Amino acid sequence: MSDIPENAPEHCPGTQSEDAGKASACQGCPSQAICSSLPKGPDPAIAEVSKKLGCVKHKIIILSGKGGVGKSTFTAHLAHGLASDEEQQVAVLDVDICGPSLPKIFGVEGEQVHNSGSGWSPVYVNDNLSVMSVGFLLSGPDEAVIWRGPKKNGLIKQFLKDVDWGDVDFLVIDTPPGTSDEHISVVQYLSEANVDGAVIITTPQEISLIDVRKEISFCRKVNLPIIGIVENMSGFVCPKCKTESQIFPPTTGGGEQLSKDTGIPLLGRLPLDPRIGKCCDEGKSYLTEVPDSPATQVFVDIIDKIKTHCSKSRSQRESDTGEAMDQS
Amino acid sequence: MDAPMTDHLSTVRHVILVLSGKGGVGKSTVATQIALGLKHAGKKVGLLDVDLCGPSIPKMFNLEGSDVHQCPEGWLPVYMDKEQTLGIMSIAFLIENTDDAVVWRGPKKNAMIKQFLSDVVWRDIDYLIIDTPPGTSDEHITVIESLKSYCPDGALLVTTPQGVAVGDVRREMTFCRKTGIPILGIIENMSGFVCPCCGEITNVFSKGGGESLAQQSHVPFLGCIPLDPMLAASLEEGKDFMEHYTQSPTFAALDNVIQRLIAVDKDF
Repeated sequence: MSDIPENAPEHCPGTQSEDAGKASACQGCPSQAICSSLPKGPDPAIAEVSKKLGCVKHKIIILSGKGGVGKSTFTAHLAHGLASDEEQQVAVLDVDICGPSLPKIFGVEGEQVHNSGSGWSPVYVNDNLSVMSVGFLLSGPDEAVIWRGPKKNGLIKQFLKDVDWGDVDFLVIDTPPGTSDEHISVVQYLSEANVDGAVIITTPQEISLIDVRKEISFCRKVNLPIIGIVENMSGFVCPKCKTESQIFPPTTGGGEQLSKDTGIPLLGRLPLDPRIGKCCDEGKSYLTEVPDSPATQVFVDIIDKIKTHCSKSRSQRESDTGEAMDQS
Repeated sequence: MDAPMTDHLSTVRHVILVLSGKGGVGKSTVATQIALGLKHAGKKVGLLDVDLCGPSIPKMFNLEGSDVHQCPEGWLPVYMDKEQTLGIMSIAFLIENTDDAVVWRGPKKNAMIKQFLSDVVWRDIDYLIIDTPPGTSDEHITVIESLKSYCPDGALLVTTPQGVAVGDVRREMTFCRKTGIPILGIIENMSGFVCPCCGEITNVFSKGGGESLAQQSHVPFLGCIPLDPMLAASLEEGKDFMEHYTQSPTFAALDNVIQRLIAVDKDF
């Protein structure tokens, strides 16, 4: 891609060039001072992040344009599901800086992050499941993080390059709603780090799908592969009379139609089960608390599909780069 | 602070913010219903959507695809009725394709919000309701900084009953205290689902979180809005719930909040 702005003077050397601001064409250009003083080339943090995360085999980003659709709930259960295999090391990073929910959902609220020579140590939920969130850095549950974009970006950068995850098989990244600072930063810093893809969460109603379509065009703009769509809160089965109601009606066809329109696979439809929310409030895993429910079955199916996608994308990468297969 | 050339907000009598730390709890729903309710009560209302990455308000009024018109004084809001008693402004009116994402960092969002606050010609409205995105970041700081000189009436906090949402709303309260915005009260949304078949009430997202938070933090509790599929369906179709379902308990809960806001107006 060219880094010459559209409205640049003729023979502009490009804003990233060594000559930026110094070439003869730069004389009289209003941006000359900026070009000659700014650091050249990509942010050095990108290389640092990809080096740091080199020992992470798979990276998955959980996204949704809409808030409250269940990104954190899904993140937590995906992590629990992946970690049910004791051979796998799973790490979870919460980049929702203003509304971190993962400490509560994992039942590790109030834990502290320790600083060691090799970086910040994440909080361990199980032997093979670790979590990092801004929630661990706050002094109490009332404390608000009233930060503008640049400060949030700084912390995300630090999370990505300074957390000592160790050897990890899966890193799951939970994001806030929207397509703004946090998302741009995560994607930018991970641009060299081989992300397996994004999982997009939605609820069935059109109000939510509007925002989710925006998130999909965001992913396409930044070249982030999409693993699939998960439709959450799909239908509610009354515990008394077993009638299914559509609390959030799929007036425009819900996740299924979205999947058809965009050509992105629908990974599954999770029913609205009050016990899921309850488990999240209590910091337990729904998958082990209620192992025989229909929702658990859907979770397990979705997690299997994501695993398959990840192993495919890894072997694809290896054959592309000629990198030796890691048999460990 | 330097006052803009023509000050469109000085003719607005009350400014009310709808806030929540958590996403998807029903901020836009509450903002929409309150605006409609105030309109039915004979008030002139403006509704400003500052959620730039996920604007939902136009869809809820079935006004998607409407255009904002420019007049010599500034931008004219999109009116939902001929009498022009409810005007709406949202970034969705400025984007050509609804699937396009607004991939903006903070400074660009701030500039847009400042423009919304200074350039929209609201005329002499009684209430300006401002719907916000989740969080305590750029959008919120900018709105509150720009509104400081107009002394907004306060913020309505929306939450759902479960602990995870209440946690984020607690942070939002700290934000209000730090920035000096009065809290008008807490509304608990999605508070229980009545099965249309057998009438059994299920607390899909648990129960009572909003009320106990209000008690703990000495903030008025404005009531519970049940999880009502008719409300969700009305919003999907852009139908006026406050006009069509005056018998439902959901209406009663919303009306209670609206009456309080009208009372604020009488004290004035």
